[in-house]
Amino acid sequence: MTETAYSKYEAVIGLEVHAQLSTFSKAFSTDPAAFGAKPNTQVNPVSLGHPGTLPVVNEKLLEYAIRMGLATQCHIRRENFFARKNYFYADLPKGYQITQDTTPICYGGHITITLKDGGKKKLRIHHIHMEEDAGKSMHDQDPDSTLVDLNRAGVPLIEIVSEPDIRSGEEAGLYLAEIRRILRYLEICDGNMEEGSMRCDANISVRLKGETKLGTRCEVKNLNSIRNVQRAIDFETRRQIDVLESGGTIGQHTLNFDPDSGQTSPLREKETANDYRYFPEPDMPPLQLSDAYIEGIRAALPLLPEEWERKLVNEYGLPPYDASVLTESKRMVLYFEALTKETDQFKAAANWLMGPVKSYLNEQGKGMADFPLKPASLAGLINLIEAGKLNYSVAAQTVFPALLEDPEVSPDVLIERLGVAIDSDTDQLTTYIEEVIARHPDKVKQYQNGKKGLIGLFMGEVMKLSKGKIDPKMANRMMAEKLEKA
Amino acid sequence: MRVSKSTVEKMAHLARLEVENMEKMQEDMSRILDFMDKLNELDTDQVAPLIYLNDEVNVTRPDETGEELSREDALKNAPDTDGTFFKVAKVIDL
Repeated sequence: MTETAYSKYEAVIGLEVHAQLSTFSKAFSTDPAAFGAKPNTQVNPVSLGHPGTLPVVNEKLLEYAIRMGLATQCHIRRENFFARKNYFYADLPKGYQITQDTTPICYGGHITITLKDGGKKKLRIHHIHMEEDAGKSMHDQDPDSTLVDLNRAGVPLIEIVSEPDIRSGEEAGLYLAEIRRILRYLEICDGNMEEGSMRCDANISVRLKGETKLGTRCEVKNLNSIRNVQRAIDFETRRQIDVLESGGTIGQHTLNFDPDSGQTSPLREKETANDYRYFPEPDMPPLQLSDAYIEGIRAALPLLPEEWERKLVNEYGLPPYDASVLTESKRMVLYFEALTKETDQFKAAANWLMGPVKSYLNEQGKGMADFPLKPASLAGLINLIEAGKLNYSVAAQTVFPALLEDPEVSPDVLIERLGVAIDSDTDQLTTYIEEVIARHPDKVKQYQNGKKGLIGLFMGEVMKLSKGKIDPKMANRMMAEKLEKA
Repeated sequence: MRVSKSTVEKMAHLARLEVENMEKMQEDMSRILDFMDKLNELDTDQVAPLIYLNDEVNVTRPDETGEELSREDALKNAPDTDGTFFKVAKVIDL
């Protein structure tokens, strides 16, 4: 198929994101909701679906769902009730999932993504509803049976359902990254897709550009990373176009994505698919939310990533790019703010975080939570450079690694110990400069004839001679003077 | 209103029930639906659906843990277990 054939079509994508809420206890019972415990040790009669037990709503489930709704500009429904979604599966002890059907708690919101070309796109959220997770089935541990662990049964979830506004795998990736960033800033979900605390299903259809009707959609299930969501969408879009271009029609299927082959394939249809016979959950009375309750939650919302970005640009004068990098993680932006209490070198602080600090974290496979230096310590280093007492490259290559080894030591003390403090002795500096000038009489001529860029070469040699222990600003000025006179 | 055999079969499958006397089940279900039809004769356009029978609202609990069962107790009533997991018939073939 030619690329022109593909470019006649556009993809129409809607995403369903399940986010596990970071509560202590489960959605409707008091057993712990934490991830990673030994199988079947975080269960109680309610989550096991024993007869005669009654669910009671965890107030944090309600509050966290509303937080997400407010953060994504949703309306909050004042009259809520839960519904039963009926189906039989071994990891669903009650034979139904408690969820919301006709009365999702949040509806009609949106988020904004920033595209590669810097343009903004608004992606609408259809609704967010509350529900409980199912247990976990393992099909490959035992030759004859499926093994079921019910620790996850009843863990609180919100499902965030987008409108079909997404047009490519790339946009889907940006949408997910933004949803995850908001969940993390709100501290209601850790957003870890590999561990399954955030999961994504994608509804994908294609249509000729300009067409307003939607094509038949396929749903790709259980995508466990942002990259795989993008890959699945890109593959599935092309597959559907191939079918249409060769005269076929798209059947409505549920698909699985295989990360190894990068392909989608039909999942065995759940029998009598979608005959869930929803009805209102009779075991829990309705929830009537007052304006005061909702406004209380709104007032307690932390700064959201977009607001942080604006703050970094407006209050600290950072370029928008820096602001977007620093706000990728909440811990990072909080660390930046802590730095600004200790140094007025805001741009240098941003550069340190985006450069040496990020490289260190990537190398160690760590997050900002594990970064050993206190803000005061890193700010101390930045201030030493600004004061002309330490050279930047020496700081980044020698002092910073040494500081990470010994995080409690003060940077002032450390640079003396390492013997890398800048020598403020100008006589010594003059000697270095003169020596370098003497070595390159021809280059000096070229410099004097206008090749001013050569100063970099002279400076490099001075740096080498001094082992970095000079103040580059002062050296640069003195070098320029000497070269003119040489 | 007559409930067809296939409707009963579908309902029975969804509920995971075996129907022993198909004729009688069709008859009973038809009678239930006839009764519903009788109720439907009333005009309820202006009446909000009654979902809950008492006035209670907003019953919630604080996010606190407690009362979990030991694994041993949790598995006690399981038809089949290996001491760690619930064992069920294999759901999918690999």
